[in-house]
Amino acid sequence: MSETDSYQLDDIDKKIINALQKGFPISARPYLEAATDLGLSEQELIDRIQRLLKQKFLTRFGPMYDAAELGGGLTLAAMSVPENQFESVSAYLNSIKQVAHNYEREHRLNMWFVLATEQQGDIEKVIHQIENQTRLPVYNMPKEHSFFVNLYLPA
Amino acid sequence: MLDNIDKKIIRLTQDGLPLATQPYLNIAEQLEVSAAEVMKRMQQMLDKGIIRRIAAVPNHYKLGYVANGMSVWNIADEKILGYGKRIGQLPFVSHCYQRPRHPGVWKYNLFAMIHALDRNQVEKHVGTIAELVGDDNRGHEVLYSKRMLKKTGMRI
Repeated sequence: MSETDSYQLDDIDKKIINALQKGFPISARPYLEAATDLGLSEQELIDRIQRLLKQKFLTRFGPMYDAAELGGGLTLAAMSVPENQFESVSAYLNSIKQVAHNYEREHRLNMWFVLATEQQGDIEKVIHQIENQTRLPVYNMPKEHSFFVNLYLPA
Repeated sequence: MLDNIDKKIIRLTQDGLPLATQPYLNIAEQLEVSAAEVMKRMQQMLDKGIIRRIAAVPNHYKLGYVANGMSVWNIADEKILGYGKRIGQLPFVSHCYQRPRHPGVWKYNLFAMIHALDRNQVEKHVGTIAELVGDDNRGHEVLYSKRMLKKTGMRI
């Protein structure tokens, strides 16, 4: 078993994960500010965040940008891929750099992927490219309205 | 509109905030502007929704939230805004969007991604949403992920 698999979160790690998923300040010494609230030293908080990232308990730490607000294109698309083509279509999709996420899901529509493009207009182009290459229809489901979320997953 | 300095701030921080005692100063030094300027601009991006939040993003899987169900709902278009707002507020929902239907293939217009420790808990959360929507629920399904085939961060 690797070190990554065996590392166990302690109570301080859990407190950090729980507090920092709610937000992090914009200030001259934000780690000091957050550390004080948690009863830690500034350096201990920095070291712990670094370790949590390295051990992959955190996937990111920092600002989360909204791709659509940045002027790029972003959409969710789905396909119904026959079993015998699934692996080749999956490999093809994963090779496209605009495919950011791709999930196999248990449904007749079994392939669900997120397309992120630099220009809004490129979404349609990529979808046509995928349809031409795979000979399968792609159902484009761009968001029409985004609802504010308050996700909180306690560690 | 974003100017060049904003875009540089985005490029420097999209992989994460520097793990240094003065992270905003650290960014500012690379751009040859003041720390106050970087903080002002990031606050503005936060206020406008360009930055959704500055925070730690936990790895759902490593924390034990291994069940991920995409719940999809068929709700009358004229009522979707009210329900979307309320469903988005639930702590187990990570994304909540209105999306188009595809007649004959796909009848659902509201998507709420649910994270939970196991499928039983996902089903409970789905029950919570179903109760909230009540008689305005014209049908729903939960699509479980079988495999993550690709996951990369968004890049500009």
